Amino acid sequence: MTISQSALLEVSDLVKTFGTGDVATRVLRGLSLSLAKGEMAALLGPSGSGKSTLLTILGTLMKPTSGSYNMLDQDLIAADDNQLTVFRNLHIGFVFQFHNLLPDFTALENVIFPTAVRMGRETSAARDRGRDLLVRMGLEERINFPSTKLSGGQKQRVAVARALMNGPELVLADEPTGNLDRASASQVMELIGQINREEGTTFLISTHDEKIAGLCRRQLVVGDGIVTG
Amino acid sequence: MLYALKIAGRYLTASKAQTALLIVGVAVGVFIFIFMSALIGGLAEFILSRTVGDISHITIEAEIDDPAVLISPNDLDGGHVLFVTERGRDRTATLSDAATWLPLIEAVPGVRAVSPQITGAGFLTRGAQVSQVSVTGLEPGKESAILDLEGYMVAGTVRLGSGLIVLGNRLTDDLALSLGQTLRLQSSNGVTATLTLSGIFDTGNGGMDGARAFVSLSTARTLFAMPQGVTQIEIKLDDLNAADTTALRISGLTGLDAVPWTDGAEQLMEALNAQAQTGYFLKTFALITIVIGVASALLLSTYRRRPEIGIMRAMGASRGFVVFVFVTQGAMIGLMGGVTGAALGYLALLPFPSRDAFQAGTLPLDITQGSYGLAIALTLIGAILASILPARSAARVDPVTAIGQ
Ligand SMILES: Nc1ncnc2c1ncn2[C@@H]1O[C@H](COP(=O)(O)OP(=O)(O)OP(=O)(O)O)[C@@H](O)[C@H]1O
Ligand SMILES: [Mg+2]
Repeated sequence: MTISQSALLEVSDLVKTFGTGDVATRVLRGLSLSLAKGEMAALLGPSGSGKSTLLTILGTLMKPTSGSYNMLDQDLIAADDNQLTVFRNLHIGFVFQFHNLLPDFTALENVIFPTAVRMGRETSAARDRGRDLLVRMGLEERINFPSTKLSGGQKQRVAVARALMNGPELVLADEPTGNLDRASASQVMELIGQINREEGTTFLISTHDEKIAGLCRRQLVVGDGIVTG
Repeated sequence: MLYALKIAGRYLTASKAQTALLIVGVAVGVFIFIFMSALIGGLAEFILSRTVGDISHITIEAEIDDPAVLISPNDLDGGHVLFVTERGRDRTATLSDAATWLPLIEAVPGVRAVSPQITGAGFLTRGAQVSQVSVTGLEPGKESAILDLEGYMVAGTVRLGSGLIVLGNRLTDDLALSLGQTLRLQSSNGVTATLTLSGIFDTGNGGMDGARAFVSLSTARTLFAMPQGVTQIEIKLDDLNAADTTALRISGLTGLDAVPWTDGAEQLMEALNAQAQTGYFLKTFALITIVIGVASALLLSTYRRRPEIGIMRAMGASRGFVVFVFVTQGAMIGLMGGVTGAALGYLALLPFPSRDAFQAGTLPLDITQGSYGLAIALTLIGAILASILPARSAARVDPVTAIGQ
């Protein structure tokens, strides 16, 4: 493969089966995929096809039933829970559709969480970076707002800022705009595109929206337990 | 882990009413714990002070000399043993070499005071009136060593000296005596002394106030014709619960028969023990209530916060971090509830009279026996233990299902 030189991650023959016996559901059936550094890819596919399942496995939050997964030259299948926790913290950012922010914390506190939890305290350097990220997301007026008082679009922009906090190589976003109106969705996608161009952060974004997918340079489609495109 | 502390604090302050209620619940448990400690401790103090506070903790009485064994049982297998006892004219047995034992006994750890005494019976005569008294000769300077005579004095001074006598107020009332008057005391040995009334006491104990006479040891020597030795040695200890072991120790040291106050006081000891057991029982229940309350509240909180816990785990929070956040919440609740309850307990006990002024008919609550530190420490430990189960369940939250909810 030509891209393996600059490959960020590589999964092959991923199988994920939920349940056992009669109720066993084979969601992923030998899926292989490689993402290069700096890519911005959309993940499409019908509901129930396994998009979230794939993102969860790539995010090291769940292990596949079988298959291999290497990222940044590390074997993430063999790693234990503590190693994966550290790996996630340093190299992977998440943006989810629901339940994204910690409700009892301000926007800034949410953004700097990934750094603070690693350092054991909130450093002023972390606060500075968190503020910069929020300003970049157009939220300079909302820096110290309680997260519950933000609008849906603002919440997702805070979540993007938080995903970028530790400067990860990969950001996984599972329907980040699924709950937003068209204007907010475009704004979030625009910011993501900007970060991708400026920082070379790799994004993998699952969506049902062809327009959103069209903003990405690569489109991957999940179907029959494998990925094409 | 400063950061885990911040998150724990934020969680507690996020739902202020709920946290306040939880802390109040813990505080009530601690309050009960402290109240029970003060009550059980105060009751024991009260009962002991009323029963054994003024008596000797260990008493060594002169033994009537063992009769001489004329034929040792070993010499004559199965044979009769013949005892010959020579009875004196009166009962007086003496601890003749008491003087040599006293410093030894005084040096035993836990011994607060040693009082060599000569006791006997006598008649007090004032004009035509006669009253039978039991006479105790005390060493001057040690008048209050066993019975707190000093504290009971209502007139004159407790200080005994040659030619002086101290009597109870009943006796002085009966005989219409007042301070400074002289009276005659005839001992059972037939010796008569003329003594000056130098002090009057009122212990509240009728037998004592109506029939006890205190004189100096030297006066008693004359009265009972005992140029040396004493009839008994009374010993006061720092801790009256140590009487049994200390008595054994003194016996071993001196070969004398030292009798602790607990001999013959088994019922009292049993009653006090039962009372203490009841106290432990109630205090244990108070602690269990605290533990259950904290555990259930935190368990509820971990359940409510499952999505957040999932997010934190996804963002790189380790299981240990999550455990720490919840255990810290438990510890904070325990500490705040413990301190609040202890403070409330202390304030509630303040109006009650101190242990020296316990009165019959009121609760003998001893504010000094509230076990405040113990209550706070046990509550803290209990709350931490209570938070372990919720914390572990929080750490086991699967980020995937929690976020997917
Ligand atoms: N924990 C689980 N236990 C059993 N089945 C599961 C579990 N998680 C997912 N599935 C099943 O796996 C399949 C794929 O689910 P997944 O959430 O990955 O789909 P998706 O592509 O993200 O769908 P959508 O577009 O609706 O979000 C579904 O059929 C789902 O029912
Ligand atoms: Mg999905």
